[in-house]
Amino acid sequence: MLKRLRENKSAQGTLLALPTTFWMFILLIIPLILTAIVSFGKRSPDGNVIYTFSLDNYIRLIGISSDCPAGQTTCFNPLYVQILWRSLTLAFNSTVLVIMLAYPLAYFIARSHPNRRTTFLFMVLIPLWTNFVIRVYAWMMLLRKEGAINAVLGWVAHLLHINFVPLEMLYTPGAVLVGMVYEFLPFMILPIYTSLEKIDNSLYEAAADLGANPFRTFLRVTLPLSMPGVVAGTILVFIPVMGTFIVSDLLGGKQVILIGNLIQRQFLDARDPAFGSASSLILMVMTLIVTYFYTRKFGFGEEIVAA
Amino acid sequence: MTSEFAVELRDVVKRFVTPEGNEIAAVDHVTMQIKNGEFFSMLGSSGCGKTTSLRMIAGFEWTTEGEVYIEGNPMGHTPPFQRKVNTVFQSYALFQHMTVFQNIAFGLEMEGAKEDEIKQRVGRALEMVQLTGMERRKPKQLSGGQQQRVAVARALVKTPDVLLLDEPLGALDLKLRKEMQLELKALQQQLGITFIYVTHDQEEALTMSDRIAVMSNGRVQQIGTPVEIYERPSNKFVADFIGESNFLDGQIKSLSKDEAQVFIPALNTELRGIPISQGLVKGEDVVVSIRPEKIRITEKNAKNDNFFKAKVTNTVYIGADTHVYTESQGVKIKVLEQNHISRLDTSSFYTVGQEVGLVLMPENTLVLKKV
Repeated sequence: MLKRLRENKSAQGTLLALPTTFWMFILLIIPLILTAIVSFGKRSPDGNVIYTFSLDNYIRLIGISSDCPAGQTTCFNPLYVQILWRSLTLAFNSTVLVIMLAYPLAYFIARSHPNRRTTFLFMVLIPLWTNFVIRVYAWMMLLRKEGAINAVLGWVAHLLHINFVPLEMLYTPGAVLVGMVYEFLPFMILPIYTSLEKIDNSLYEAAADLGANPFRTFLRVTLPLSMPGVVAGTILVFIPVMGTFIVSDLLGGKQVILIGNLIQRQFLDARDPAFGSASSLILMVMTLIVTYFYTRKFGFGEEIVAA
Repeated sequence: MTSEFAVELRDVVKRFVTPEGNEIAAVDHVTMQIKNGEFFSMLGSSGCGKTTSLRMIAGFEWTTEGEVYIEGNPMGHTPPFQRKVNTVFQSYALFQHMTVFQNIAFGLEMEGAKEDEIKQRVGRALEMVQLTGMERRKPKQLSGGQQQRVAVARALVKTPDVLLLDEPLGALDLKLRKEMQLELKALQQQLGITFIYVTHDQEEALTMSDRIAVMSNGRVQQIGTPVEIYERPSNKFVADFIGESNFLDGQIKSLSKDEAQVFIPALNTELRGIPISQGLVKGEDVVVSIRPEKIRITEKNAKNDNFFKAKVTNTVYIGADTHVYTESQGVKIKVLEQNHISRLDTSSFYTVGQEVGLVLMPENTLVLKKV
């Protein structure tokens, strides 16, 4: 038996994948099936699920409401569509901003002296040692009316004898954007760094040798060769930003409700697991669609160099 | 062509700081003049400064002291993309995300050439390196030899004044390397472009070059034609590095205008009529150098000038030649005999322990300064 296994490469692979497959099945596949079943159910008056097959939750999500002004049986309620659209645009904006901030930093680290690279990468990772929620709280301290940023601005204004009204930064869409960008920056820096670091120095020299100035070298050589890192980073940032609710909950208050918040509230406050499950599946489908089109255009972050 | 020399290095020094904080001179007061249309090689073992010298010509490194001139113009801190030289890299440095066509067209696009012209020139460059039809391949889809050709075409399509080649054949197997040597040489003659070629392979340098600079420890040991460097090495390092040599310590007994008599204490023999180079004085301690193939084996009792007896310690048959290892009063001397007779008859070999006579032909014996 053991001897036969030693010769059978594909059986070895199956065996190695078995533990992960087992846990994925228990922790991902089964819950997903349960979520799907619940999503077709209905809320009972005491906050439980009545198992039926009804599309009501999905109809409600796309904005067709039965809770209408007098005289109408159905009407359009844009609330959930707005939430979905807000989540999508926020995820898009955050990802673009993260790329713009992460790329120069990753470039700087990749081109710095090898001895220092480890230190810089270490510094990128340090914030991840602190709990996610605590880091969001730290931003609350910075952004609130009596926070550190307003204190510094007030002090500068005082020095310049300008009248200063503290800025309202917390509980705005901008605060949520800042929080998202901050939280997910490292997940963009690392893959971009990895793909930049792999570019052999002789390629930069070859481009210069052939007459390309540093700017054109960047556009024609550096950028295309680092695209796998950008793609990988985008997937790592876009998907969690779509689903996270803590950042918008703490920094956005009631102003910025995202799909993540919606799901959370259905399960906890509204006690409507059926509608919450339907929202979860919609989020998953939306993320899958975006990722599918994105990766079809740019690949999956693997080498763009076709073998 | 404005200048007599395509490239000139004047008293160039390049110092680096090692990770341990020591300063070392990778290139130490190097001066060389490379003529237009010449195939010039820098030859030496790794760390001799040949690649650093080439990189200073390309503009990837700047000189610490001294100056690099290209076509008579001092280069100073001119960046690589403004120098009329192009490089073929040891690793080829092909752009993996571009096709063969795009790789070769890259340099022309940077010049702002028009699309039609680019197409035409890339086509001609591919023809030159015999890769027509490979335009759409990616570098990864080519063999090592083909990648090497793309690298050559990419550099040559820019019609540079000088082509710099940094061990371009290092990664190829022996047979392909020999083919490419001849091809590159033919290409250079056909185009009339100056080639500066860096290699650690002496056979390669001797095969291809018009002139060779032998380098060691950041310094130029000798510059000369392949024949000069092999037949008249200017010091012990060159004699030892290029080909093989037997070295005998000696002392100059007497000097005439162009000949010397050298006493070899270890053999208790005097060598007569040996041609001398400049700067030797009577009584000076010198090294006598003689190539293995330039020693003649004779009867042990022959009467000859520059003759001494020796005992055969080993013979090694290697096809075209036989190496005969001999020893005379503790001094080991290697002799190389061409196998121009059939060796099938084993009695044609010298036997171990056999006493023979060795004759050093004076015109092939060199007196070199000790150091």
